[in-house]
Amino acid sequence: MLKQALAICKKDFNSEIRTRYAINALLMFIIVVISVIKFSLGEDKISSEMNAGLLWIIIFFATSNGLSRVFVSEEERGTSLVLKLSADARSVFLGKLIFNTVLTFIINFLIIFLYIIITGLDIRNLALFSLTIGLGNLGLSAVMTIIAALISKASSKGTLYPVLSFPLLLPLLLASISATWLSIEGVPFGAIAGELQMIASYTVVVITASFLLFELVWND
Amino acid sequence: MPSETSQAKQNTGILLQAVDLSRKFDRRPIFKNVNFELRPASATAITGRNGSGKSTLIKIIANLLIQSSGKIDLYDGDTKVKKEAVYKYIGFVSPYLNLYDEFTGYENLKIVSDIRGYGHGNIDNVLKRVGLFNRKDDILKIYSSGMKQRLKIAFAILHDPQILLLDEPTSNLDLEGISVVDSIANEFKKDRILIIATNDPHERSLCDREININPDA
Repeated sequence: MLKQALAICKKDFNSEIRTRYAINALLMFIIVVISVIKFSLGEDKISSEMNAGLLWIIIFFATSNGLSRVFVSEEERGTSLVLKLSADARSVFLGKLIFNTVLTFIINFLIIFLYIIITGLDIRNLALFSLTIGLGNLGLSAVMTIIAALISKASSKGTLYPVLSFPLLLPLLLASISATWLSIEGVPFGAIAGELQMIASYTVVVITASFLLFELVWND
Repeated sequence: MPSETSQAKQNTGILLQAVDLSRKFDRRPIFKNVNFELRPASATAITGRNGSGKSTLIKIIANLLIQSSGKIDLYDGDTKVKKEAVYKYIGFVSPYLNLYDEFTGYENLKIVSDIRGYGHGNIDNVLKRVGLFNRKDDILKIYSSGMKQRLKIAFAILHDPQILLLDEPTSNLDLEGISVVDSIANEFKKDRILIIATNDPHERSLCDREININPDA
């Protein structure tokens, strides 16, 4: 299953390099949003709580723009049958999940890098901040991947994606914002262990449920 | 049917068995109570008027769609093949199947081989067989519709499947392309299961049996 999944993931990366469907849209979105924040803030400093909220708003909408493509482009171009005739449903889901997770990490690295440059954000506990962002990314890509599979069969895909994913992501976003804020403040691990446990448990539940449900979504 | 099933389980080789297969779309029946039993060395044409569900039936056989009622099972020897493994036995060509436009013909088959977990040794042979070897490094975006149809045929036979499902296989093909389909169909019907969904007299002539899914018409 892993070998098939990695082959699907590799195909998606090569396809993205050739077509640049997601990357171009994402880069434009990130540059525009970061620029708007820079112009709005000017030289003002904002609180750690505001910084954490802003960061996750950018991450949520950036991933909403890019991650749906893994299934939507297959359905729109009629290539999903190629995958259905070449691999079992679980391998397809795992391949798409790996692709979306790597893409999320790349997008979010870029967002955070640019955000730190323009706002001069001072992160006092970088290790904890990285752990929070990493776990949050994993949960985010898991939810976004199964929602992408669901909406790829619908007619109004663009609107449905953020609308469907937001309520599902709300617990994850709240915990991630809280943990990000506290890690920026420089608290020790024990202070946000609850949030991190919640994010990790949420991610495990979503991935397990997605593997169980995906075959039904994929096959009809 | 139970006796046929038990007999099937005792035989070796492939058996494709459909019992009272029906499919509805939004409560509207497309076809009802289709029954058949297919073994290797058979060629079957699925016929019926436009909109009768020929393509739908062929998708159900390939496990790309689920029937509304009835059952369809594939046996390999005395073992019933799990639904999630049916794809390994199927080669499939249809107008609504598309390969990846951003890759070359060779790359498309290489990707499929990688996903299926096979080597790349058979790709050149298959491309030669469908007459695309000299254009294997062109991206699909510049392929004509006939060339794309040939590549779909290459995709279908690349893994040497036990069951070949062809939905209007000669559409968009020139005479040379049609003779490629004829040759592949004749090869498959010697020792494997060939199913063609068609109303075209030439494609029907490749088969020795017919299933008309709306015989009342």
